[in-house]
Amino acid sequence: MSLTEADTSAILLTLKLAAITTALLMLIATPLAWWLTHTHARLRAGVTALVSLPLVLPPTVLGFYLLVLLGPKGAVGHGMQQLGLSTLPFTFAGLVVGSVVFSLPFAVQPLANAFAAIGTRPLEVAATLRASPWDRFASVAIPLARPGFITAAVLAFAHTVGEFGVVLMLGGNIPDQTRVLSVAIYDHVEALEYADAHLLSAGLVAFSFLVLLMLGRYSGHWQRTPT
Amino acid sequence: MSRIEGRFRATLGEFSLDADFSVPSHGVTALFGQSGSGKTTLLRLIAGLARAPGRLVVDGDVWQDDSVFVPTHRRALGYVFQEASLFPHLSVRANLEYGWKRVPSGERTIQWDEVVDWLELAPLIALQPHQLSGGQRQRVAIGRALLSCPRLLLMDEPMAALDTGARADILPYLERLHHALELPLLYVSHALDEVTRLADHLLLIEAGRLVYQGPLTEGLTRLDLPLAHRDIAATIVDATVIAHDRTLQLTHVARGPVVLELPGLHGSPGASLRVRVAARDVSLTLAMPQQTSILNLLPARVIELADDAPGQVLVRLALDDTVLLARITRKSALLLGLRPGTPVVAQVKSVAVA
Repeated sequence: MSLTEADTSAILLTLKLAAITTALLMLIATPLAWWLTHTHARLRAGVTALVSLPLVLPPTVLGFYLLVLLGPKGAVGHGMQQLGLSTLPFTFAGLVVGSVVFSLPFAVQPLANAFAAIGTRPLEVAATLRASPWDRFASVAIPLARPGFITAAVLAFAHTVGEFGVVLMLGGNIPDQTRVLSVAIYDHVEALEYADAHLLSAGLVAFSFLVLLMLGRYSGHWQRTPT
Repeated sequence: MSRIEGRFRATLGEFSLDADFSVPSHGVTALFGQSGSGKTTLLRLIAGLARAPGRLVVDGDVWQDDSVFVPTHRRALGYVFQEASLFPHLSVRANLEYGWKRVPSGERTIQWDEVVDWLELAPLIALQPHQLSGGQRQRVAIGRALLSCPRLLLMDEPMAALDTGARADILPYLERLHHALELPLLYVSHALDEVTRLADHLLLIEAGRLVYQGPLTEGLTRLDLPLAHRDIAATIVDATVIAHDRTLQLTHVARGPVVLELPGLHGSPGASLRVRVAARDVSLTLAMPQQTSILNLLPARVIELADDAPGQVLVRLALDDTVLLARITRKSALLLGLRPGTPVVAQVKSVAVA
């Protein structure tokens, strides 16, 4: 029993989506988490809730609104058309946008926790040692928050690999474009190809288990290191 | 003489700080007060780690006024926190290098080797922070602050988090720095023994207000200030070692015409030695006693008297320009008829190295 060409393609597409999403999320979540940790602005509670929404909303709701928003009649989609751009639904780029939104809390929360755990003292020490704000961030905050970065990246990647509802609503099922692993499994089951569904599903179970195992070991290692 | 001058007004909830100070930019200035009196707040304002309306001028450079606020990383200061706060992700060497590397090599006012020598850091340099004892960590933190080539060194109770043994270990290093460096040190403490050992000047703070600023000796002995009324009230005398009596194991020290003998052999002749005389170890007579176990008998003059604990008075005495405190009973003061100007003989039962 081996993978069909379509399944291999779905796996590769999934990995590509997860990798791009994770990279983008690191760029977006890092300043966002930093801001949430250090701001006293009233906006903070609202932004925290907004960022956390994907944790509680059914992915279909999220996908539905993204579809509406990004579609030709949505605010964003319409604007893009005006600018001569094609709209995002049913494209890979659309999936990336959806995945970023969908996995945002999984990147922001570990980072915010890590930044909060550092506290202000090491940054104050660095300031008294002549480090500018950017310097402090790069030479103190990032290294000390390393476990948070690793957790955030792994969770964002794994969560994107496992995404289904948003993809189905926003991306549909276009081979090589939007047909990711979870959709491929769904198709197999619909077509009563249980053996193929098993192969992909078992692979996903093993992958997820390994990821969580590594994550546990890694954070355990950090907890045991005295500071 | 250049000075560090500042004025801050801050209200933080219930607490308000109103401090207007000017301290010499050399020597050790102790910022002394009870917990919660605003010492740390004032130090953080000076460092720019906290912000409040005010003005701060260090050696003529404006660090803060109505239109200027120099951020902490552009102030040439070193700050030693209560907990050593070494960067856990960096080795001891990298911790020491952190500030050092950020000072352009042309602006380095201190030598790497000197700092490593003074603080005896060589054996620690290859280790990681978590391998160090509390006292060693604080030594590294002091070295790290010095290596950032500050013009002003701030220490916020650097020994408060250490046990007695580690404190005793680190005090000599601080004394050594005091003698080796031109650098002004502003030292926050609520431990009087540290202050009497280290400081030259004193800023006394109570509930956010500066109640005294000036030389340490005066701050310790002024009867209108709280320090003189403490149980452990004492004066310090910055004296010079003049001779040792090896047979009787005594050291003779002098300050002007005032000569004191203290047990044990300390320093070498010519060396300066700070000694400490507790108020409760000084008694008074009107005539020179003939046979007594007390070695130090000093003719002095009463400057003032003040009520102390019930039944007790504090007497402030002058011997030339040396000031002593004596704590005696009110009854004795009445029997001797003490009043400002009365000539007396101070019997100093015990003198100790500060």
